[in-house]
Amino acid sequence: MVNRDEKDVIIDAQDIYKRFYIGQPNELEILHGIDLKVYRGEFVAIVGASGSGKSTLMNIIGVLDKPTEGKYHLDGVDIMAAKDNELSHIRNKKIGFVFQTYNLISRTSALKNVELPMLYAGASRKQRNERAKELMAMVGMEERMHHTPDELSGGQKQRVAIARSMVNDPAILLCDEPTGALDTKTGRTVMDIFHKLNEEQGKTIVFITHSPELADECQRVLTLSDGVFVGEREGRGHAAT
Amino acid sequence: MLLLENIFLALAGLKANKMRSFLTMLGIIIGIASVIAIMTVGNSMTSSISSEMSSMGATNVTIGVSQKSSKTERSESGMMFNFGPRSTKLGDDDYLTDEMLEDIAAKWPEDIESIEKTEEIGKGEAKDGDLTANVTVEGYNDTALENEDLTILKGRVFTDRDYSESKKVCIVSDYFCNNMFNGDTDKALGQKITVVIDKKFYHYTVVGVYEYDESSNWTQESADEVATTLYLPLGAAFYQEHKDPQYQNVTLVTSTTTDVETFMDEVEDYMNGRYYRNNDDFEISCSSMSSMLESMTSMLSTISVAISIIAGISLLVGGIGVMNIMLVSIQERTREIGTRKALGATNGSIRTQFIVEAIVLCLVGGIIGILLGIVIGGVAAHQMGYDAAPSTSGIIFSVAFSMAIGIFFGYYPANKAAKMNPIDALRYE
Repeated sequence: MVNRDEKDVIIDAQDIYKRFYIGQPNELEILHGIDLKVYRGEFVAIVGASGSGKSTLMNIIGVLDKPTEGKYHLDGVDIMAAKDNELSHIRNKKIGFVFQTYNLISRTSALKNVELPMLYAGASRKQRNERAKELMAMVGMEERMHHTPDELSGGQKQRVAIARSMVNDPAILLCDEPTGALDTKTGRTVMDIFHKLNEEQGKTIVFITHSPELADECQRVLTLSDGVFVGEREGRGHAAT
Repeated sequence: MLLLENIFLALAGLKANKMRSFLTMLGIIIGIASVIAIMTVGNSMTSSISSEMSSMGATNVTIGVSQKSSKTERSESGMMFNFGPRSTKLGDDDYLTDEMLEDIAAKWPEDIESIEKTEEIGKGEAKDGDLTANVTVEGYNDTALENEDLTILKGRVFTDRDYSESKKVCIVSDYFCNNMFNGDTDKALGQKITVVIDKKFYHYTVVGVYEYDESSNWTQESADEVATTLYLPLGAAFYQEHKDPQYQNVTLVTSTTTDVETFMDEVEDYMNGRYYRNNDDFEISCSSMSSMLESMTSMLSTISVAISIIAGISLLVGGIGVMNIMLVSIQERTREIGTRKALGATNGSIRTQFIVEAIVLCLVGGIIGILLGIVIGGVAAHQMGYDAAPSTSGIIFSVAFSMAIGIFFGYYPANKAAKMNPIDALRYE
């Protein structure tokens, strides 16, 4: 079902190193030569214990940070050569973030939160409103879209966050422990939304977690340990659960 | 589009933190309100005074005998201030005479339309048995009387013969008639009245009654002390005082095309050179309503500037308060900033967001301050007896200034927010 053709590579990272405090006595190397290829339509899980470099890798994949060394192309764009404003633009158009802690803006309505990335993309009020409502319906939140995040439960907030991540139709969804703060049942609902997005819309998803069970639902599981990939296996997929 | 969203966002932020926003804006509110209040009061005073003064004749030049510069301070703009009691009395040779006035009238025929001359005999009391009325007895020439703009209720003004023959006729006020003739103005006409001034008796025949204008009573005397003017032909006044016509000051009514300032200088130079060169104590000086008005306005604007500086300091303090609260707000919203950056906000759009927020904060404070200032200034002007006239330029200036404060004090915090590292910002607890 996933066509692993070179022309369908979305994330193409080669020999990624990330060091902090460069040139200082406490210089620290977190990632030691990571190679990662993610293909269009894949649902990839990256697992690893805390301190394994997961977050650092996620920041690099999500172009919040640049690698110290290596090559990284996201959907054909050379990230290493991009300037600050171009990185902002890439985050806006090509990446949909879903965070463990939702990171919704608390003072505005759920709907406005969903609209936000489109605002930065320069979409008109009407376009924003229509698209945001459509996505709120998709995640089953149309009833509560005028509530502020404070008035929503954790599961509801995460559904809003997923709607927000999808609003500019990004190349990949980057999910950092999206069920980490949720109970099993609501976590399940959220996972089902991801599966639906992957299966029905063919959305590429990179899913970072420390839960082996959730990782198993994905098509491919990469294990990160001490800044290097130590294992790669096929997941059992959604149908198996 | 983004700007409008930012404005809504900022307003929502203000509403969410009402108390904090209010306290932050307080400095701006106080500063702007005091500027506007002061400007409103100043503006009201200036416009009232100038309309009052121009109604008194802007083209009138008063030429008078005054003590020499060493003893009299003459301000740059022509207002004279006499300090302390006069040390020297005018002698007979010091006064302006009709010859001098005829001389200057002949020298500037284009400029001088007429000369108002008056002579006050003094304050006294009209008596008729038990009935009394306070009067100020003054002789007027025809021009001077015309410029008094009297509303004649009964009878007439003086005729040419009254003037030329210095007849002992007078025009009295209706107020005077109330006291002396029980308000019967018809009965007053033709009556002979007796006025006592400094134990001397003066007799006049009433030929006219004018309407007393209470608003002209600047000294606010109580009703029974009011001394209304009793007008005489000028010659009659000098005749009764047994002296030749002489004046300490007279008013030159100039043509509307006259450049008053230059004219005043020329007259002063001419008079001082010709008639007062050898006078050790006195000289001629001129003043006009417009020069007095100018000095009044400049005095008021000096006061306004001084108080505006103080208000400016309060605005500065207010601005620092805004900066402080913006820094706190940015600290609190670090995660929001991180999130926005992750969602594709550029540094520029984050900077704009927070500058707009600071501007909105200052502008809302500024608008509240303007409204408050108009109310305070209006009430104060009203209390002082002027029509409230809010200063438009002051309002525009205040709006612009509060925006400028927002930009100036918002820039540093906004720039700090814009430069945040998204990863650190997202991780911030």
